[in-house]
Formats: sequence, structure tokens, C-alpha cells
Amino acid sequence: MSDWEVVIGLETHTQLNTKSKIFSGSSIAFGAEPNTQANVVDIAMPGVLPVLNKEAVRCAIRFGLAVDAEIASRSVFARKNYFYPDLPKGYQISQYELPVVGKGALTIQVGEQEKTIRITRAHLEEDAGKSMHGASPGQSGIDLNRAGTPLLEIVTEPDMRSAAEAVAYARKLHDLVQWINICDGNMQEGSFRCDVNVSVRRKGDEKLGTRREIKNLNSFRFMQQAIEYETRWQIETLEDGGKIEQATVLFNPDTGETRAMRSKEEANDYRYFPDPDLLPLAISAEEIESIRSEMPELPAAMKSRFEEAYSLSAYDASALTASRNVADYFTATLQAFGGEAKLAANWVMGGVSAKLNEEDKNIADSPVSPELLAGLIKRIADNTISSKMAKEVFEAMWAGEGTADQIIDKKGLKQVTDSGAIETIVDEVLAANPAMVEEFKAGKEKAFNALVGQAMKASKGKANPAQVNEILKRKLGS
Amino acid sequence: MINKSLKQLAAMLASKDISSVELTQEYLNRIDRYNPEINAYIALDQEKTLAQATAADQMLAQGKASALTGIPIAQKDIFCAKGWQTTCGSKMLENFIAPYDAGVIERFNAVGSVNLGKTNMDEFAMGSSNETSYYGKVQNPWDRSRVPGGSSGGSAAAVAARLCAAATGTDTGGSIRQPASLCGLSGLKPTYGLASRYGMIAFASSLDQAGPMAKSCEDMALMMNVMTGFDERDSTSLNREKEDYARDLGKPLAGLRVGLPKEYFAEGLEAGVAKVIEAAIDEYRQLGAEIVDISLPNTMLSIPVYYVLAPAEASSNLSRYDGVRFGHRAAEYDDLMEMYCKSRAEGFGAEVKRRILIGTYVLSAGYYDAYYLKAQQIRRLIAQDFERAFEQCDIILGPTAPSTAFKAGEKADDPVAMYLQDIYTIAVNLAGLPGMSIPAGFAPADDGKELPVGLQIIGNYFDEARMLNAGHAYQQVTDWHTRMPEGVTS
Repeated sequence: MSDWEVVIGLETHTQLNTKSKIFSGSSIAFGAEPNTQANVVDIAMPGVLPVLNKEAVRCAIRFGLAVDAEIASRSVFARKNYFYPDLPKGYQISQYELPVVGKGALTIQVGEQEKTIRITRAHLEEDAGKSMHGASPGQSGIDLNRAGTPLLEIVTEPDMRSAAEAVAYARKLHDLVQWINICDGNMQEGSFRCDVNVSVRRKGDEKLGTRREIKNLNSFRFMQQAIEYETRWQIETLEDGGKIEQATVLFNPDTGETRAMRSKEEANDYRYFPDPDLLPLAISAEEIESIRSEMPELPAAMKSRFEEAYSLSAYDASALTASRNVADYFTATLQAFGGEAKLAANWVMGGVSAKLNEEDKNIADSPVSPELLAGLIKRIADNTISSKMAKEVFEAMWAGEGTADQIIDKKGLKQVTDSGAIETIVDEVLAANPAMVEEFKAGKEKAFNALVGQAMKASKGKANPAQVNEILKRKLGS
Repeated sequence: MINKSLKQLAAMLASKDISSVELTQEYLNRIDRYNPEINAYIALDQEKTLAQATAADQMLAQGKASALTGIPIAQKDIFCAKGWQTTCGSKMLENFIAPYDAGVIERFNAVGSVNLGKTNMDEFAMGSSNETSYYGKVQNPWDRSRVPGGSSGGSAAAVAARLCAAATGTDTGGSIRQPASLCGLSGLKPTYGLASRYGMIAFASSLDQAGPMAKSCEDMALMMNVMTGFDERDSTSLNREKEDYARDLGKPLAGLRVGLPKEYFAEGLEAGVAKVIEAAIDEYRQLGAEIVDISLPNTMLSIPVYYVLAPAEASSNLSRYDGVRFGHRAAEYDDLMEMYCKSRAEGFGAEVKRRILIGTYVLSAGYYDAYYLKAQQIRRLIAQDFERAFEQCDIILGPTAPSTAFKAGEKADDPVAMYLQDIYTIAVNLAGLPGMSIPAGFAPADDGKELPVGLQIIGNYFDEARMLNAGHAYQQVTDWHTRMPEGVTS
């Protein structure tokens, strides 16, 4: 098995978060009653014509700029002809030979490794409707609410070499399209779905193997499973002397297997040709510059900035820029705190993130706001509370019990940093534990820790441990 | 009354000599009387029509009238009109009641014109004789055994037989001009993009264009003022300043450079037709025009190019007629594929099927480059022919069709002979230029019958006002356009 290499390329359909459809004025809001968001254009009544939604074009340009791609000054909408009941016109308007976004790149992080995935192209197209089977026996229903929803299909080169890389790319892309606010990223509602092309070859082979395309994966977990299964299946098939036929396959999450839905022989001839109802899409350099000027700082740039300005590690900076919400949260926390970035970073990636995972919440919905968190970190930084105490305070903040200062006061968690008070405690501990003092003097280092423990205990955990250490050492003359 | 110009009718309506309801009723009576034989109309709805006339009379009374307020117009059945059966001449849409108005229909409604009914046409505008209509042949009012031309044959017959004050047509390869020629009336295909295609059922999107069919150029200018204008729902609609197409009427033609393309007077043109066109050219010379010989060398390629591109677009445009959401669906089927196949096999006629097949073929993998792409390249050459020609002349004159009206059934089994009907008109669509046909006299058919001949006037882009004046000037010194067929005069 180890002398095989898997080669993976992705095609991702991202639903653009425009208000209306790509060629009509109907709403694209999810979840409406069937066919209530389908006007005469969406139903493809005789005589209707498409009019391009300029907002969808702006989304495509934003994406192109985010992956440093060529934006075509002239691109063309084409008709992809095929019959299907949920395809009202009998053709899908898409882009074929001349897409709006050309070659670009996206850098992913797999563990400690960085890798650049080449983007072949991204093109605008409309979504189809939905066929609904089984509503009544022997009949199928059609819901055209989704028909005409704007999609940006993003295609990569076959640059990924493992399921982990493919998933890392998909996650990174998922983060990016939300970061630049062109897609809501909702995978359950189908706003972000991936087709994965998988082939295998002997390591060292130049030639690509025959690929099979896994269609419509809408969860990263399924993607991982599907690719792993498909890779194993292809290798086993070849090792058993079989041949891989080009095919489209579906992943069944219940069985964890992929199964062919149609082979290449059954493939349609889509008879693409330029749509005569739409003029070629012209995009001026001024338009691109105007959109560039409105772009937010991109994750890659922000990551570098975090590394340099805050002396964070590449790993930390990457985690903090994984999504716009995390980055915003971190930035706001750091701003309110005003202190050492690493401390803020640790809390965002540690305590906050753990709690969010536990409760399956998005950071934007965190009950502890950046301002609240900053209030807590301040008290750690100025030694008001110990890190251990901070965890308790954080839990209370999460439960909505108030600001860090309120909770520290209420629970009496304030650290004792008054040297006189600590000296008194230490003196009492030394007086009460002569045996331990003797042991220490006899060379048992352990006894020192035991004395620290006694002092902390005597202070109910509130004494500053560093000060206790220092005073004890002085008193014991070591 | 029925021979009055639109301007005269408007004056009578304004002075209350007649009401729109009375005028409309007169046309409805004529339709009752003559339409059962001529079959110019597919759909009539007296109630709706008279309601519009009543509303128009109110507009007139309130002083809100404009040039076409209260004027009864026949609408080609290719335009969706809300609440009207809209069939496009096809069985496929026999049960289709349009739920919305086409851009062109909206414009007529906005000025208070009266929709008399929906006129017969070749199925999905594919034909040059109106014989492909599912709703029966249309008779040519000049000789009832002959075709009116097509595809706007119903509109042409309705204007010729005075079953409307004026009509709309659409022209993809000659569908306004050729029936205008064969029925002795005036018809204009505007520059591509001037009239909205929204709600106009698509045949070949890059060629289709709506235009007026009327008794005179003056009437057409008034129709153009209403019909054209930017429509944001049509991405190929041109956003230009509104113009008055009647503004040049009456200007002298002295110094007008008239080009005669030698290819339009070559083999294939009937001698009788040639004679009429030559006489018309003499008339232009008399009017002070300067005659220039020109060449449009790629004319012969226009038919093969058209019969690649138009079917290609049509094959895709007609995919929506699948029996799923509207239109004809087969009564019985076992599965989805059978539903598609039977619904389309039953709903479409032979000519439509032929063009869907041709179009599907030329777009198929392996043939696309040789047919579709090559045709697009030649299309540019054809447009360049005209560009060069218009460096030498202001308008181009020639025959509209190679022959006068032919007998029903005569070419029905010979598609290529039928396609040759459009030899002089198709290039204009391919180039997107405006072209029109006006009556220029009569030529004897082989049975001795005298039949109308149309003179084609081709102009440069957006030169409709100049073309209309050139036609108007001719109509001031000739009376061909006022002639009316026998048998519909009472």
C-alpha cells in the first residue's frame, strides 16, 4: 500500500450570499415553502430572459483577489444543455471557456507543514432546483426555489496528496469565502459543497491515474472518510489486477462506502455554446481596483502580521487567523487588554476555544466577550489572581456571573501579594512544621515543595506562589 | 375607415368622430366576417379587447391620449400577453395562458392601444409560408390559394385584409419583411436591440427582433415610437436616448446615396420581381437619389450560416418545452424519459423538429468547431460586407424576396427551396442591421395572377428614421401601398 500515491483535486460550489438570484430578482433565502421563491424567469416561462446580478460578479472578483488570481477583463456565459426536471430551461447558464477568475493559489497548513494549492479557475453559474421524490406515491415534486441561486465553482489543480490535505484545503477555502463575506459557509443548507476527484498512481509515476469523482460532499468528516475509502478501493482494485473506469460516485455516510452513479460512457454531451441572451461580462481595471480597496485584510497577510508584530509562532498565528470570527475576537481581546499578545492568544486558543468546542458554539456567540476576557487577562498579568484562579473566574464569567473583577471580589479570590502578610503566613508555617524544616536542611528538596504547599493552603490558595517561594527560600537561608 | 392612416384615425378619435370602442368593433366585425377563411388570428377575446377600447376612450376623454391611444393593433402570437392564450403557433403551447406581458405588449398597453387578438404564425417562427402553424394555414388576401409568407403571416394577412389598423411582427431571418412583401404592406425589422425581447418567445436569440407591420411608412414610424426603447429585463436591449422615428418624414431625398448590391439581382430572382424593383429604383432616381453599384460578396453564405446558428440557438431555446411545468404533456408515459420524448414528439411539428435536430447536431462535440464556430466567423464577414457597403452609400435597395407569393403546399416538402425565400433578408439579421419592405408594385405569377412585390430598404445601424423617410418619400409619389385586395373591401 505504501508505494501508492493518491492524487486529489477539488471542485467546490460555493453559494454566494447575494440577496437575489444570479439571473432574476427572486430571493435566495433558505427554507421557504416550495416554489414561493420562483418567478417567471426561474420557472423558465416562454419569453423570459436572464439579467446578470452584479453583486454575484463582485463576489467572484473578491474571491479572485483573495487567491491572487487573474480576473478576466472579458468572460463569457455559456449554456450547458441537458434535460432534467429540476433544470427549468433545459440548460444551465455557466461559464465554460472563459471564466471570470483565472489561475490563483491558496496556501494550506497541514500540521506544521505549509503547502500551496493551485487554483485553476473559478466561474459563476446558476444552481438547479430540487426534485422531491416520494411526497406522493408514483409522483415526484419539483421545488424551484433554489433554481438560479448564484454559485461560484472553484476548481483546483490535482495538487493534494492525502485526505488530510484535501480536507485542510476545503477547510481553508471554507474559512476564506466566509472571511471575504461572499458565502455563509452553511454546509447543512448546501451553501458549500465539494466534488472530489481522486486517482492513485505508483509513487514516482509521472502519469496521472484514471480519476473517479466523488460528488456533493457537504461535511469535512464525510470528505475525509470518502477519500480514504475511495483511495483504498482504487489501490485494492489495481493490486487485484483490475482497472479503474472514469466515473462519478456518491458517498454513503451510513456504509462509509463510495458507489458509482454513472460511468463515462453515459456522460452527457452538454453542447456548450455562448448564451446569446447575455453579453460577455466585461470587468474594468477600475472596477477591480475599487473592489480591492474594499477588501478586508486577508488571513495570510494577517498571519504574517501576527507573527511579526506580536512575536507569535506560525502555528499560533495560523490558528488565530483560521476564521474571520476568531481573528476578530483575538484582535478585540488584545486591544482591550493592551498587554502581551501571547497571553491573549493562549486564552483564545485555549480556554475559550475548549469551551466553545464543548458546547458546539461559534466564537461569535461566545458568552464571554473579548472585553470580558481582556478583563480577566489583565488580572492575571497584574498578579491579582493566579492562573489557577483564573480558570475558576473564567468558568463563572462563562456562566454569566459578571466581569472578572466582580467575580474575584465576590468569591474573594484576590491573590495576596502583600509581602508582610505572606511573611506572617510563612513564619507560621515554619513554626508549625519543624520536622519539614529539618528534612529540608538535611538536603531533601521535596520538603521545600511541601512547605510551599502548606503556605498556599494556609493562604487558601490566594498567596502569590512566586512570592511564597522567594520568602521561603530567604527564610530557610538557601 | 379601414384605409385610414394611423394619424387620421388618431385625429378622428381625438375629435370624437368615432370612439375607440366603435373603431374596435368595426375591426372585430371584419374579423368575424373574414377571419374564418383567412385565419389570420389564432386567439380572439372580444371581452378583453373591448375592455381595452373602453379604457382607451377614457384616456381620450381625459386628454391623456397619444398617437396610438385607442388604435386596434394585432399582436403576433409570439408575444406573451397577460391572460391571453399565447401559443407561438405550436401545439406545445395550446394550453398556455401567459401570466405576464412582454415588454412590447406593455408599451402598447401603456399608451392605451387596443389588442385585437393574437395573429397566426409559423410554429415558433420557423417558416416562410405560415404553413408550419399548428393552427392552420393563413390565406394570402391577394390570392386565397397562396401563402402569405412567414413567419409573421397572420399579421401580414391581417394588415392586408384590413383586419387591424396595424400589427406587430418579429423577424429572425426575414419573418416581417418577406410576408410584408408577399401581402403588399410595409414591414420593418429594427436594429437588433431596439425592441425588447422580454416576453417575446425566443427562436434564435441573437437574431430575433420585433417590428411593425402596417399600411405605410408613416404608420410604421408611429408604431416604432411605441414599440422600441430600453428594457432592463433584456440584457441585449440597447440603452439609447428615445428618438422620434417620424422626425425625418418629408425630407427631400436629393443626394441620398442608394446602393444596389449586384448579388441581389443575380440568378434566382424572378424576372417579374426584378422588373418591379428596377422601376422602383427609377422612381428613386427621379426623387433625386444617387444610385451606386455595390457588392455584398458573402450574400450566398448567409443561408448556410443562418441554418447553423439559428437552429443551434433554437435547439437550446426550445429545451424548456419539456412537459414538466407548462405546455403539452403526453397523456401516458411510463417514466421520465418517455414523458419527455412523447411530450416533445407530440407537441412539436416537423419543421421545429428538423431545426432542433440540426441545432443539436451542430453543437455536438466534434462538430461544434466545424459548424457553429465557423458560422460565427462567417457571420462577422457578412457584417463586414455591410460595413464596407455603407462607406459607399446611405441605404441599400433591392428585392425583399426572390418571388411573389407561392401556392400553398408548393414548397412545403422542399425545405431548401423554402429557405431560399430568405436569401435577401437573412444577412440583415446576421449583421443586426435594420431592414424593411415596402410595396413596389405587382408582378404576374405563372397563372397570370398579379401579386404584390416588396422593395427592400436596408439601412445602417440606427438609421430607421432615414429609412422610413426614404420609404415615405416613395409612398408620396406612388400608390402601391394604398392598394387593397379584392374580396375584403366591404
